[in-house]
This record gives sequence, structure tokens and C-alpha cells, in this order.
Amino acid sequence: MRKVACIGAGMTLFRRRLQETPKEMCWEAARMALDQAGLEIGDVDAVVFGSAPDAFDGIHMKGENVLDACGGIGRPYVRVFTGGGTGVFSPIAAYWHVASGLFDCVLVVNEEKMSSCQPHPQSVFGHIWDPILDRPLKPNLVWIFAMEMNRYMTVHNVRYEDVAAVAVKNKRNAVGHPCAQLADPHITVEDVMNSEVMAWPVHRLDISPPSDGASALVVCSEEFARTHRIESPVWFAGVGWNIDTTFWTDRDLYFPEYLANAAKIAYKQARITDPRRQIDFAEPYDPFDYKELHHMEGLGLCKKGEAPRLTREGVTQRDGDLPTCPSGGLLGVGNPIAATMGIKVGELYLQLSGQAGQRQIPHEVRTGVTNAWGDLMQFSSVVVMRA
Amino acid sequence: MTFRDRTTNVDALRSWRGDVEADYIYTTGVAGERFFTELRDTGRILAAHCEACERTYLPPRMYCEKCLGPLSDWRPVRGPATVEAVTIASVDAHGNRPPEPEVWAVLRWRGIHGGLVHRLAVPPKQAKPGLKVHPVLRPAGSRVGNITDILYFAP
Amino acid sequence: MTAKEVRWPGKELTAKEFYNKVTVTRYRPEAKFAWSAGEAMSRFLAELQRGRLIARSCSSCKRVLFPPRMFCEECFRPTDAWVYVRDTGTIETYSISYIDLDAKRIETPVYVGVVSVDGASPKMGIMHYFGEVAPETIRIGLRVKAEWKPAHEREGSVLDIRYWRPLRRGE
Ligand SMILES: [Zn+2]
Ligand SMILES: [Zn+2]
Repeated sequence: MRKVACIGAGMTLFRRRLQETPKEMCWEAARMALDQAGLEIGDVDAVVFGSAPDAFDGIHMKGENVLDACGGIGRPYVRVFTGGGTGVFSPIAAYWHVASGLFDCVLVVNEEKMSSCQPHPQSVFGHIWDPILDRPLKPNLVWIFAMEMNRYMTVHNVRYEDVAAVAVKNKRNAVGHPCAQLADPHITVEDVMNSEVMAWPVHRLDISPPSDGASALVVCSEEFARTHRIESPVWFAGVGWNIDTTFWTDRDLYFPEYLANAAKIAYKQARITDPRRQIDFAEPYDPFDYKELHHMEGLGLCKKGEAPRLTREGVTQRDGDLPTCPSGGLLGVGNPIAATMGIKVGELYLQLSGQAGQRQIPHEVRTGVTNAWGDLMQFSSVVVMRA
Repeated sequence: MTFRDRTTNVDALRSWRGDVEADYIYTTGVAGERFFTELRDTGRILAAHCEACERTYLPPRMYCEKCLGPLSDWRPVRGPATVEAVTIASVDAHGNRPPEPEVWAVLRWRGIHGGLVHRLAVPPKQAKPGLKVHPVLRPAGSRVGNITDILYFAP
Repeated sequence: MTAKEVRWPGKELTAKEFYNKVTVTRYRPEAKFAWSAGEAMSRFLAELQRGRLIARSCSSCKRVLFPPRMFCEECFRPTDAWVYVRDTGTIETYSISYIDLDAKRIETPVYVGVVSVDGASPKMGIMHYFGEVAPETIRIGLRVKAEWKPAHEREGSVLDIRYWRPLRRGE
């Protein structure tokens, strides 16, 4: 397989409500990524689009709706979908477009417009539940996260303040992100613990906000990067993905087995045998604060049940030994589901090419890992990148 | 291979009913806001022009779909629209028959990329491609900034 | 996207602008469904109406699959027989919810969680409500039993079980 690089990134503001239509958000992010790479749409061979369920935007088959804004007209264009895992999965799709030798330069655009959905985007999450077994119980999506968080905390005897510390770290990290929706330099663990209970043990500030937003990346072959004199390409070192059973009540929720399986594939390709030592920083998917801990363990960055201690000891701070979510994450920057690509794979690219500005990790970083989590809460996609 | 047990009594098979409830508000967007407020306030139909590609888009958008450049040159469409294609709808969106069949058309303007789909106020027999038509709007003051501010197109 | 970028795209709207100022269109889809319950769920629902829980067994991996399914997703072959499981089980995890389907606050919290059912393979269970519990008494590992609706009120639904409540002495 050919070497594949990321050479440009763009994203819109992440906000509760943007005026732009889904198409317009896509174009803004795509234009910015092309500008950053110093390219025009004519340089692009193929386009990959990513978005979570159509029900948020309220446009059925939205991949087809937005394709003109993504430069898809007259090009090989495909939408990929792994629910909430799409943010890291569509760059993987772009990767295989190029690694296979089929295309030299691929534009990836991800988008979500959740404000269209009334009264709250959570209403349409109701439609993902099994109609016979689950829906009669009138579930709110937060239930499943609450149950997973409770199981995780109980099995490892985790203190709630150690979970809340993740929300504090990420919302503070987001202060350096120009697109952030919920950055807060002064937030404390007490603020999170005292916020209203949604579905115990999940409090309001444990949850990332629903957002409108789009992001884009330019992905290309080694030869393309060389002939176009790209200054600081960042390389895909390994990719992986994996999914567990749809019967989510069948598995022990305390550990994301599917993520460990996905990471195994990516680490094999990246020749990583000791993730804790060989990986310099991480952007674990953090729609909820406990999920960052869950994902650190699934990614093998620490032992099972050890992530809360690393957080408490400051290891995961931006200047710590293993910075996690230096972007500010979904908790701080926002959660326009698939568009979180901009703060996951996008942040790896910016950190590894030294373009993260105020958010730049102060010590040298050469290898980063990120994951996203989704489908019916049993899927993970993983990307490892190197400078 | 197939299932080892099969229900042979059809009355034992069950179904489960439910609605997929959802409610939406769509912003018209940056370009849509300008297009619809202009339609509402002045009754004009605006298009957006790309200098590089020599293309003028209707409905107007903030970007050129060909070069992905930004569009800032907005101009009203001129002259009548030409009917490009028609359909006579005898059933509505719910599968019911309206009292009178409705005439719908694809409308294009000279020199414009794209166009609009809208109702045509002509008897079905006279609805033919090539017909020159003009928009008929709701009276100023009752328009809300929506595609239905155009009531229909008429010769 | 570099540090020298000054303008980030995106035009933020306040709630007031969104609901009252900018031009919008509204739409409410009317999507009504009748889902066929299929082989496994038709029997499952019929048994619920009789006040019983039923599973399917796989003779290859020896698992008892609950809720029942006609194929074993691990062995990738048809399952072999219907097996009743008990209406008692163990709380695997739970939440106390203060929000409804639309994320609106509710006055009386709902106890909800996963119960693994006795007689099924380990960890196999369903999501359901818990009752006759309090924040101080509910815990992971608690043994529970289904509290059924009276027979004449049952209609072949997971709601034929009102909730799962703590096992009483002697049960
Ligand atoms: Zn152009
Ligand atoms: Zn089996």
C-alpha cells in the first residue's frame, strides 16, 4: 500500500445554531482546507463525505444534498457512515482511496446540522432504539451512556470527581480553539459535580453540547505531496475499525472491546507494540467525560481502570506526559457528530505539523492516536498519525 | 440453511406499530436569506454570478459548484422564464386526488444555470415546453420569505 | 487553519434570531410504520402475554440466547430450540433518569437499567425499568424479579412487565 498524507484541514465554528445550510457549512470547511493546502478543486480526484443519521439535518440522503458544496459534481463521490464513528471513519475511507493507488488527492468533508431538529436533537435519537424491545420504554439516548458510565465506575471503583476532571480539562483546553462553543477557562470540578443531573450518574456538564458544524481534510499520496511541494505533510501510520453486537445488553459495558480490536489493527500497521511509550498524545472521542477514560483504556494507553488516576495526576494535561484532547475535545469545542473530524484527525494533523497555535503541545510530539465511537454505541474507528 | 422452527399459524405472527416523530426548522442559509428577503421585500428573483466560470446560478448560492470559489456578484434575473418540462399531477403527496389536476413545471431563464420548479397557472392542455411565463407573487406585505411567496407562474 | 488565520467561517444565530428573525422553512414528516415482529419476536411477545420469558438455544456454542433470535450470530447458523428462562435476574447496570424522550425534565425520576436474566447465558438480558427501589437501595448486582401486569391487562409487549423489583425473602 502507498504512503498517505494529510496536507490540509478546515472547519467552521461549532455552534448551537448556525445560519448556514448544510451545503454552505460544507463549502466553507472544504474551501478552507483547499486554501490551507494551497490547492484548487481541480486538483482533487475524488471526494468522501461523512455525516451521522439524516434525521438531525432532517434531509433524507443528505450526502446527495450537499455534494455540490463538497466538490462532488463530476467526481467519484461517496458517503460513508458509521454513526458517531464517522468523524474518524471518513478519513480512513479517504486513506484507502489513496493507499490503494486509485486516487492521488482526496477531499474529505464531514457535516452535521443538529439545530434543524426540534425541540431537541435528542428527540430523533429515539429512532435508533429497537422498536419492539426498547422503544416502548420511551428511552432517552443519555440512558445508555449513564448505564455504561455507572458500570465502568462500579467495576473499577472510580470516583465521580476523577470523571468530572476530564470535562474540566477539555473545556479549559478549548480556550485555545477558535471554533469552540463551550470553552471555559474558570470551570472547576465542583461546577461539573453541581450541574443538574440528567440521568444519574450523568450530569449536564458531563455531556458535550449538540452543535452545527462542518470540517474538511485534504488527503494525498506521497508523490502528490512531493510534486505539489507540500511543506509539512502528516502521515497516516495505521488505521483500524471494529464493531460489537447490536444486542448491547449482551455485553459488559465496563470496557470497549470493539475499540481494543480496532486499535489492534491500527497498531499492527503502525508497528506499535507499547502504545503508552510509543504514542505521544491522543484525541480519544469524548462526547461524555467518562468516554475519554473508557477510550484511553480501549486504546491501550493505560491499564483497565487506570485512566482516572492518570487524569487526577495531570498526566493527560496539555503539558503532561500523555496529553489527551489538547483540542478541547467534543466537551469543549462542541459535538456536531461527524464534523468532530476537525478536532480529532484534524487536531492530530495540526499538532503534528506544528500548526496548533495556542493549543500546541509544548514538547515535541511525533506520534498521535485518535478514535471515534458510534453506530449503536458499539463501533470504533482508530487512526494513528506520524509527523 | 433456514430457520429450524417456522410459524405456520399466521395469526401467531405479530407486528408492532409506531410513528417516527420529528419536527424541523430549516434556516434558508446565508445565500437563501438574501434570496428570500429580496423576494419578500422587493419581489425580485436574484441569481449569483461566477466571473471565473461565467456562470450565473439560480437559486443563488454562496459558492460556485464548479470552481468552489465564493460568489458575491448578485443580480436579478431578467425577462420571462421558459417552461422546459411539465407534469400534470393528479395525485397529491398523500396519494389523494385533488379536485383539479395541478400543473407543475421546470422553469429556466436565458443565461442562467439552474432554475426553479413551480406551479403553472394554465389549463393542463396548454401546458407545453417553450411557453414564456412570469411569476405571480403574493401581494407585498403578505409575503414571508418563502418559496410560496411566488403563487405560481402565468403566461 | 494556521495560527495566522483570522476569520473562521460560520454565522452564529441566537435562539431569538433562529426562531423569530431569519427566514426559515418548517416541516413535520409524517412517518408511520408497522414493523413485522418476525419469528423470534412474535413468539417472545406471545409468551410475554402469557407471563413467561422465552429464549433460543444454540447447540453449537451451547448458549441460551435472550432475547431470542432465530440465528446464532457467533456460530452463524440457525438456533435449535425454544427454552423458557426465569423471570428473575441481576442488575448489570442502571441509571436514574430525570429527563424524558425529548430531553425535558421530569418530576419523578425513572429507574432504568440492564437486567441479566436467570437461565440465559451470562450477561444476556434486556433493558427495563426498576421499581420498589430508591437511590440508596438500588445497586449493581441487586437480585430482581419481574413484576407482571395482571393477565387481562397484558397485550404482548415488553410493558407487560411493569418493572423489575428486588427479590423478596424466600423467592
Ligand atoms: Zn466558478
Ligand atoms: Zn452458537
